[in-house]
Amino acid sequence: MSEIAPASVVEKPPAPPRPWTGERIAGAVLLGLWLLCGIGLVAYLVAAWKPELFQRYLPYYLSGLGVTLTLVGLSIVFGALLSVPIAWMRLSQNRVLGGLAYVYVYFFRGTPLIAQTFLIYYGLGSFRPELQALGLWTFFREAWYCAILAFTLNTAAYQAEILRGAIESVSRGQWEAASALGLSKLQTLWKIVLPQAMIVALRPYGNEIILMIKGSAIVAIITVYDLMGETRRAYSRTFDFQTYIWAAIIYLAIVELLRNIVDWIERRITVHLKR
Amino acid sequence: MKTTTRLALALSAAALVLTVGASHAQDRMKIRIGTEGAYPPFNNLTSAGQLEGFDIDIARALCEEMNAECEFITQDWDGIIPALQAGKFDAIIASMSITPERSEQVDFSKKYYNTPPAIAAPKDTDITGVTKEALAGKTVGAQGATTHFNFSEATYTDSDIRAYPTAQEYQLDLANGRLDAVNDDVVVLSEWLATPDGECCKIVGTITPVEEIHGPGAGIAVRKGETELADRFSQAIDAIRANGKYQAINEKYFDFDVYGG
Repeated sequence: MSEIAPASVVEKPPAPPRPWTGERIAGAVLLGLWLLCGIGLVAYLVAAWKPELFQRYLPYYLSGLGVTLTLVGLSIVFGALLSVPIAWMRLSQNRVLGGLAYVYVYFFRGTPLIAQTFLIYYGLGSFRPELQALGLWTFFREAWYCAILAFTLNTAAYQAEILRGAIESVSRGQWEAASALGLSKLQTLWKIVLPQAMIVALRPYGNEIILMIKGSAIVAIITVYDLMGETRRAYSRTFDFQTYIWAAIIYLAIVELLRNIVDWIERRITVHLKR
Repeated sequence: MKTTTRLALALSAAALVLTVGASHAQDRMKIRIGTEGAYPPFNNLTSAGQLEGFDIDIARALCEEMNAECEFITQDWDGIIPALQAGKFDAIIASMSITPERSEQVDFSKKYYNTPPAIAAPKDTDITGVTKEALAGKTVGAQGATTHFNFSEATYTDSDIRAYPTAQEYQLDLANGRLDAVNDDVVVLSEWLATPDGECCKIVGTITPVEEIHGPGAGIAVRKGETELADRFSQAIDAIRANGKYQAINEKYFDFDVYGG
């Protein structure tokens, strides 16, 4: 078509001036401090590096990591399943159902995970005859099952609230419009409300998984040897603080990986919202 | 703080030598003593929150002997050595066995008692001994980060070994049947078995201590290099054994000699 006259080319605006303000200097100094800390940590680990320590405890750390990931993975999945009826009860108009779900969430969010785990393992353990009569002792006898139960019940409370909040964030009008088009309640929930709610819920879900990974470090009190338990064991043998630093680095790596996965999912599912 | 303690220590030691105990009152040193408070009958908290037990009485007698003013600080077992190293207290009197691993981190006085470890199990148990074979396939509990746990892990390789934060938790699990047996000091086990909670269980047998794991007995731990303080504790142990105070405390808690051979 027609040629563009060279005169119509718009000059690129000049880069805005970036003076060294007080804030910028403070920022650079802080960043420098963090960098120094990081370099110091790496230097310490290099200096404190003991191949025999690594060789001896690496298998323990790996088995502990496996326990942590399995425990959190299973609890998050079971918790997600359990959170659906709880969220539904929380959203229901029925006062009794709503009240029950409210009390459940109130209790599990309001008390520490360590207390819940302790109560389920040692507390219920003292009711052995009653549990045996009900045929539940084989379940409660095992620390592993008790840990999964405690973590599932805890995360279900949080996940139910995430789900409820996300569903409530979708405006009432969507339900009404779907109803006007003749869609059933379930169809509306599945095809219209949930796809929008999940975008809202993604970040809190990611946070919940991260919190569970870190929260699971208390499980050694009921004799389940997770990453933290193995770390404490290694420390009690060596009295070497780098055992804890290694554990911190492993936890940090898991959390960083999870954060990136959540970011990636979010980019994928919000493509239609980007301009 | 550290230097003042050291200085006080050196001064009081010098004063002791020079005056041969002529003026005790002037150089009363202060010692902060760390203990666990969850290991009856050696050290535990009463329902009123007061420390009591054999370790505590021995510590008081030693302090009196050393003419020192002592303050007790309770600390979880897991972190008791790091807390000593960090200067939260100056000595550990908490039934800590003198082991080679710990000796790399802290200095010890001589032993102040030595009792054998033992295995306890429910009264109707089919466990007949304390050997590896006798406990094969069984679930055995012990307090984590103790010589007993290390011994169990090293010896009962065919058993499932569980680590508990304190003695109270493995006691609960032995009583409710989650554990087939537990490994701890015979005195600690006997004390628990004598209470209503311990009715479920009995001592199966005592274990011959293994020098590399159990060490020569329980000693008083001080920070690495503070050998003067460790020596003063050792001298005080000899002194209370010579003047009968040790025997009086021994009799208050036990009907046998806990000092051991």
